Amino acid sequence: MNDLKQRIAYNKRWDTAFMIAGLLSTLVGFFLLTALMIDLFMDGAERLSYTFLTSFPSRFPEKAGILSAWVGSFLVLLVTVFAAIPIGIAAGIYLEEYARKNWITNFIELNIVNLAGVPSIVYGLLAVGMFVQIMKLGESILTGGLTLGLLILPMVIMATRESIRAIPTMIREASYATGATKWQTVRWHILPYSMGGILTGIIIGLSRAIGETAPIITVGALTFIAFLPTSPISYEFPFFSVKWFMDPFTVVPIQMFNWVSRPQQAFQVNAAAAGIILMVMTLLMNGIAIYIRYRFRKRIKW
Amino acid sequence: MVNETTKALARNLNFHYGAVQALRNINIPIFEKQVTALIGPSGCGKTTFLRCFNRMHDLYPNNRYEGEIILYPETRNIISPDVDPIEIRMRISMVFQKPNPFPKSIYENVAYGLRVRGVSDKRFLDERVETSLRGAAIWDEVKDRINSLAYELSGGQQQRLCIARALATDPEIILFDEPTSALDPSATSKIEELIMELKNTVTILIVTHNMQQAARISDRTGFMMLGELIEFDQTVKIFTTPSEKLTEEYITGRFG
Amino acid sequence: MAQFQRKTSQKIREGLIEGLLFVSALFSVVITLSILGILAYESYGFFAEVSFWEFITERTWTPLFSNPKFGILPLVMGTLLTTVIAVTVALPLGLVTAIYLSEYAPHRAREILKPVLELLAAVPTVVYGYFALLFLTPILQMFIPDLSGFNALSPGIIMGIMIIPYVSSVSEDAMAAVPMQIREGSYAMGATKFQTAFKVLIPAAFSGIAAAFIIGISRAIGETMVVAIAAGGQPNFTVNPLEPVQTLTAYIVAVSLGDVPFGTIEYKTIFAAGITLFFMTLGFNILGFWLRKRIREAY
Repeated sequence: MNDLKQRIAYNKRWDTAFMIAGLLSTLVGFFLLTALMIDLFMDGAERLSYTFLTSFPSRFPEKAGILSAWVGSFLVLLVTVFAAIPIGIAAGIYLEEYARKNWITNFIELNIVNLAGVPSIVYGLLAVGMFVQIMKLGESILTGGLTLGLLILPMVIMATRESIRAIPTMIREASYATGATKWQTVRWHILPYSMGGILTGIIIGLSRAIGETAPIITVGALTFIAFLPTSPISYEFPFFSVKWFMDPFTVVPIQMFNWVSRPQQAFQVNAAAAGIILMVMTLLMNGIAIYIRYRFRKRIKW
Repeated sequence: MVNETTKALARNLNFHYGAVQALRNINIPIFEKQVTALIGPSGCGKTTFLRCFNRMHDLYPNNRYEGEIILYPETRNIISPDVDPIEIRMRISMVFQKPNPFPKSIYENVAYGLRVRGVSDKRFLDERVETSLRGAAIWDEVKDRINSLAYELSGGQQQRLCIARALATDPEIILFDEPTSALDPSATSKIEELIMELKNTVTILIVTHNMQQAARISDRTGFMMLGELIEFDQTVKIFTTPSEKLTEEYITGRFG
Repeated sequence: MAQFQRKTSQKIREGLIEGLLFVSALFSVVITLSILGILAYESYGFFAEVSFWEFITERTWTPLFSNPKFGILPLVMGTLLTTVIAVTVALPLGLVTAIYLSEYAPHRAREILKPVLELLAAVPTVVYGYFALLFLTPILQMFIPDLSGFNALSPGIIMGIMIIPYVSSVSEDAMAAVPMQIREGSYAMGATKFQTAFKVLIPAAFSGIAAAFIIGISRAIGETMVVAIAAGGQPNFTVNPLEPVQTLTAYIVAVSLGDVPFGTIEYKTIFAAGITLFFMTLGFNILGFWLRKRIREAY
């Protein structure tokens, strides 16, 4: 009996040791994030100011700001939204509600999974070859937005599918039982009920798009832009201009990359400040996404 | 009457799943080297009761035991928080409703309990594995493929493998949780035969929803309903002249 | 008289809508084909001028020199070196994290820890690059004086930690798919959580865990900004993590930043690098997908 008790104690020691190792390894990420945020803040907080947000880049680090960068980010994101969301949701609906189990469907699914794993820079190469060269869209906001749209498309599709999958078959059957067509069921039931999950996925996708650098560099975003793209709102009819589609541009992560690559220490302060802005935007968007998910789960309980 | 030793005794046993009370004041003796069966309609608490014996409920949050289950001969209350569940599980084995062999070879499945105890001597393990597989009446069927995956066996064979696994550690009690409900009739009868043989060496507590099975193989039977023990007596008596009206109604198929 | 037939116009409309949705789904195939098409087309142009043999055997990559050399190996080595370091960090930590969250962590702790992990995957990679170059490298230099300012070790470690969420979430899913009965079977034999996790759960969830590893590897191969910022800009055929290296991805970025005219050989080199990268990750992605399908089928 004592033998058994000794053996059990031995087993338990391993168990406890692993539990500690497990907790520590889970917290590694947490420690890294904390160190990262503190480091960014300590390095860059001094540069954060209204001037920083409203100035163009400059040869002098103290005067350099991210105005052109965040305007560029905003406009690019606008294009991304219209590029990725309609197609992504449509594809997700098709795959969950309409597609039959045949090889075409499997092939499409395999493609989507593969695209989700393709390195972001390969999307940049696609964009250079296709949008810039063949379609002659130039190194413009439109190109940048389309590229990011392609990048986050798999995410939107997968988020849409998961949200739709969560809807119980009973609800669908109830709708069909009233004589509704498939599209009517999708429009009046499936879409509204899955909107929360879809929105969450979209916002998380957009937060990823904001931070993307590599494909945008490849597409030819400039790193030193001392002007803003043409305003979308104009003073003459039709009061809305799309000239800004074709304008050159830069985005916040590229500006940060540019500053961090400079040897002068002062520019690194700028880089850190831009990093803080990026982190704030990322955290904000993720926070909103989580909040939407939470609110939607409370409203709809299957 | 043969000399009967009590192996375990449930005394004023209550059990709560969170806020729900699942067992009310159960008092039952489990006699050594006998088959004790528990019958009753779904949800009556018989499986809940069984799982108290090897502290399975500890694996999940918000469960609460009250009362005692005394294990003899040391006369210890095994559901007391001072008692280590791991130690109990090394002395009381369980066979589950759906056969659940590990994704390992037949040999490794049976040897698992011994490895957990730190046994690594190959000859000892070989010997034990063979003895256990014989004890589960499956040795002849698997001796030539003892290193192949357990999943390749049929359902009935897998369940006998699980019994061998339970036997390998020399348990004092084996708990059977509806062991044949997922099996076909011929596999079922093989296992029933096996159980009746095993009782010569091990104490057996079996939960079953099949009354005829209880009548066939057990020495004593307890009838439970809604968390309470309605009647407990020798099997012959329960099935021919039960004392409680509820027992009679259940036996004759009035409900459940 | 009640109408039991759908109007034809409604049928047509339903058909059109389905067609539209189908085209949207098919679009993903169009994207893949476009990627392959562009990469193949430009690489074809590249290999018209550069011998394939030189490409895969030459150990120097200097396409911009007056006497250019086009050996892809230094870039591939750079990618592999940083990937190996990243994966050495990410796979063990990811798996251990997954086991801890799935078997040990109390419910409350899981609710807090899982979003933190998700956040790790959401941070922009350029920020990680900054951190690797300006925070981690100086710290490592205190312990390893030989460490050069640009090196493979520091971005490798950061990439590793960045990838942990990918590895741990897929591993966790794989272990959660193992039926409770198997776990109970193990605990009923007196096994501890540690024994159950390593002797029963990991073998049972093996193909899912392998899929997680593959996803991690694939992610590390494709990472760009962390290495572009912190690993250096010189192709270097080496296995020494203390030296600067350039990866396939960082090379593409470096060329894109410069003023490279379209159609020149330098322009085409980024596609040659790109197609190498694409095939490296494609193989892993397909393997990972097939393995993940197996988890769902096994139970």
